[in-house]
Amino acid sequence: MATQAPNRSAQSGRAKSDGTHEGFLRHKRFRWFKIAFLISLMATLGYIFIDVKPRPNGGSWYGYLMGIIGTLLILWLTMLGVRKRIPSRKRWSLKGWTSAHIYLGISLAVIGTLHTGFQIDWNVHTLAYVLMMLVIISGLWGITAYTRLPKKMSLNRQELTENQMLEGLRSMDRQLHDAAQPLDHRYAELVRKSLQENPFGGGLIRRVFAFYPKSKARKMLAILSEEITFRPVEDNPIERLDGLLARKENKVARLRKHLQYKARLEIWLYFHVPLTFALIAALSAHIVSVFFYW
Amino acid sequence: MTFTVRQISRTTDGREIVRASNVDARAIKIGRDAGSDIHLADLAVELHHATITLLDSGRISIVSETDRDFAIDGRSVQNVEVDPLKGGELVFGSHRLTISKDGGIVIIAVERFEAVSDSAGEKEEIGLFTLSGLLAGRRMQAWSFITAVVVLFLAWPIYTYATTSGVKNRTAGFHADESWNSGPLSKAHAKLANDCQACHTEKFVAVTDNTCRNCHKNDSHDHSTKARLAQAAIPADFGGKVKSFFKVTFNKPEGGCVDCHTEHEGEGYMKPTKQAFCTDCHGTLKDRLTDTKLANAGDFGTDHPQLQVAATVKVEDGQRFYRRVSLDTKPTENNGLIFPHDIHLAKGNGVARMAQTMRGEQGWGASLVCKDCHTPSKDGHRFQPVDMEKDCQACHSLGIGGKTLKHAEPGQVVAQIRSFYAAGPTYRPASLDNFARRRPGEYAAVETAQDYAIGSRIFQGQASEAIRDVFAKGGACYDCHIISQTPSKGAPVSFRPVVQPARYMQKGWFDHAAHKEETCESCHAATTSAKATDLLLPGIANCRTCHVGENGGKLKPVKDPVASSCALCHDYHLDNKAPWRSKLKQKRLDRQSQAKITIASRN
Repeated sequence: MATQAPNRSAQSGRAKSDGTHEGFLRHKRFRWFKIAFLISLMATLGYIFIDVKPRPNGGSWYGYLMGIIGTLLILWLTMLGVRKRIPSRKRWSLKGWTSAHIYLGISLAVIGTLHTGFQIDWNVHTLAYVLMMLVIISGLWGITAYTRLPKKMSLNRQELTENQMLEGLRSMDRQLHDAAQPLDHRYAELVRKSLQENPFGGGLIRRVFAFYPKSKARKMLAILSEEITFRPVEDNPIERLDGLLARKENKVARLRKHLQYKARLEIWLYFHVPLTFALIAALSAHIVSVFFYW
Repeated sequence: MTFTVRQISRTTDGREIVRASNVDARAIKIGRDAGSDIHLADLAVELHHATITLLDSGRISIVSETDRDFAIDGRSVQNVEVDPLKGGELVFGSHRLTISKDGGIVIIAVERFEAVSDSAGEKEEIGLFTLSGLLAGRRMQAWSFITAVVVLFLAWPIYTYATTSGVKNRTAGFHADESWNSGPLSKAHAKLANDCQACHTEKFVAVTDNTCRNCHKNDSHDHSTKARLAQAAIPADFGGKVKSFFKVTFNKPEGGCVDCHTEHEGEGYMKPTKQAFCTDCHGTLKDRLTDTKLANAGDFGTDHPQLQVAATVKVEDGQRFYRRVSLDTKPTENNGLIFPHDIHLAKGNGVARMAQTMRGEQGWGASLVCKDCHTPSKDGHRFQPVDMEKDCQACHSLGIGGKTLKHAEPGQVVAQIRSFYAAGPTYRPASLDNFARRRPGEYAAVETAQDYAIGSRIFQGQASEAIRDVFAKGGACYDCHIISQTPSKGAPVSFRPVVQPARYMQKGWFDHAAHKEETCESCHAATTSAKATDLLLPGIANCRTCHVGENGGKLKPVKDPVASSCALCHDYHLDNKAPWRSKLKQKRLDRQSQAKITIASRN
């Protein structure tokens, strides 16, 4: 693999192998990984070696410290959503910010867990902790998606933009429409139904798993393929239709694969973001309740 | 010219393009076939779908050529007549045909109203490739979550607090502020679990000592005065400063009950206090509390002073005075008795032989052992005082003429002797009449013979002589008691008061029941003690043969170490009860024996 990678980059004409490109994970030679690792390590060592009395929990001085660091981290991590909306390249590049968001977010799992003192129960405090862990886990899911999918996605897209994909599909439809004009009603109806089919249709499950068992275009293609097998070759309009349908089917499949990748790149955010706000609400309730019944 | 067909199409910016063609025929064809008069490039339309015929009346009829419908003004039909003057709208597939009449000519405007395919239609291209529309929006979800959490876990509990504030006993069942419960309460407080305000009486105010004392009226003695406690405390380290900062900031007083007695730490009994809680101050107490009489005490295994015992100094008016002395000084005490443990416990001497003789009567063994005279107290922690009648008299009889002299009542003893002599004189020595303590062994017979000779010669049956004799050297009382004054001329006899303290270590807790696996001799050197003044208490070195520090600290190797924190023997609140950790151990043992009984009864 190692020997193949530069060749592939050269072929695709992308400047990947020249060393200037660094992903959000490798940003500044893993600067934020190192910082986050150090924070987690220090917090863990502190937890092990500092003998807080009467027993480790969120109410010891070390617990308070972890709680404050954790809260500040959560608030700062949430600010990525704000930062994303402000275009600026000055001191804090978005990539650097994202890198810090990821690694500090993972270290939050350590800090939050130590803050609990491993006292877990059915209450608002554990609710906040569980929500925090769910946000972090959904974030990890997002990282996997972002490290694995873009490459596959660009291979699938074949350097087409989304608009170009859509235009290609429209062009196929127009050609199908024209080609079906002279055909009798039965074929016309088949073509019409396939044209009416929404390539973007289907629910969330279809989108995420690219599972479209009842594709009319595919059904149509199957019927046509079966029928022309037993007809003389010169039966032109249907032959042409068959070719067009096969090309459309190809384009639709590619589009749907693209939609699947996009869905997978996006769906974790539907957990990550709302759960973050649920977390902040639970965190507020946690903090208020602790001092309310102090 | 009968018909004008106007084909309307639109440019991308919505502008209309109209191409008109005239048809001069009475009937015109509508269909997908390219040769139709009205050509509809629409796959939903048949090749020859319908025919429009101009009738003589000026009306037109539209008749379907197949069995397929078309629509007229929203109705599905297969044939219809229309008055062009009134107009009408026909729909074939995705095409709309609008009929009108102008200057005797029927005008049919044809326009496509639907795109050729779904994807060719106008789409909202922003968001088309995203999940928006397939899932509830993130913002909407976020707000729902926030609302749910704030209502359920913030507003509702606060509402509960506000509505039950000041209520003495909450109703049973769930109260919303229970969701704030940071962990199960300990066993003693478990019943308060749904009544947060039993302890958290005031919002944003920490649980106060007064709240604890509402119930804990008699078991919360102060360890010392607050001033001395403050003086004894070690200066706060970094962590302590952080904690203090929080306490000051959030209005939590220092030194309250809840500083040590943390609740919500889990079901079961409250955990005993950790050693460091004590040793933080006591390990180096003298550095700060220079006038204290207490020695510095750290880990039991490595850094604990010699045990100090309360040795009797004197007894006045029935009150025992004692001083705390270290066992290192080999302290003695005069408890008012003369008693050699060694003779009583020896094997093979007269005492042992007497024990053997009385085996059937008393159930003793080959020689006397501790339990033959010492009876544990009811709770098993300590021992009852040795009782002359019960524990000694089996051998050491106080009989006189078939009666027994009343022990511990010198006045009655005098009266008993007088009444004996009043009944008739005797020349028999006291030992034969059981005036004297009867000693086991053959040498006693020799002594009795000598006493007989002396008695016959001197006492000559005089009661007053006998009375003096019973309290004097060689008399029944004298052997065990210290008698400072024998009765003479009406002055009463004076005994040194006897004390048998049940507890020598008043600042520490020792439980004999917890040590019943051990032999008495493993701690108490009674077999070699010839005097009652010996304090037969073991020193710390003896304890350390089993007990090590909380974390296993020890000075010498220990075979089966028993980890012992301060709380095993010491109690912060300084009452006379067992410290919490010892109580816990007992509770555990009780539970285990209970479980065994249950299992046994099942079997």
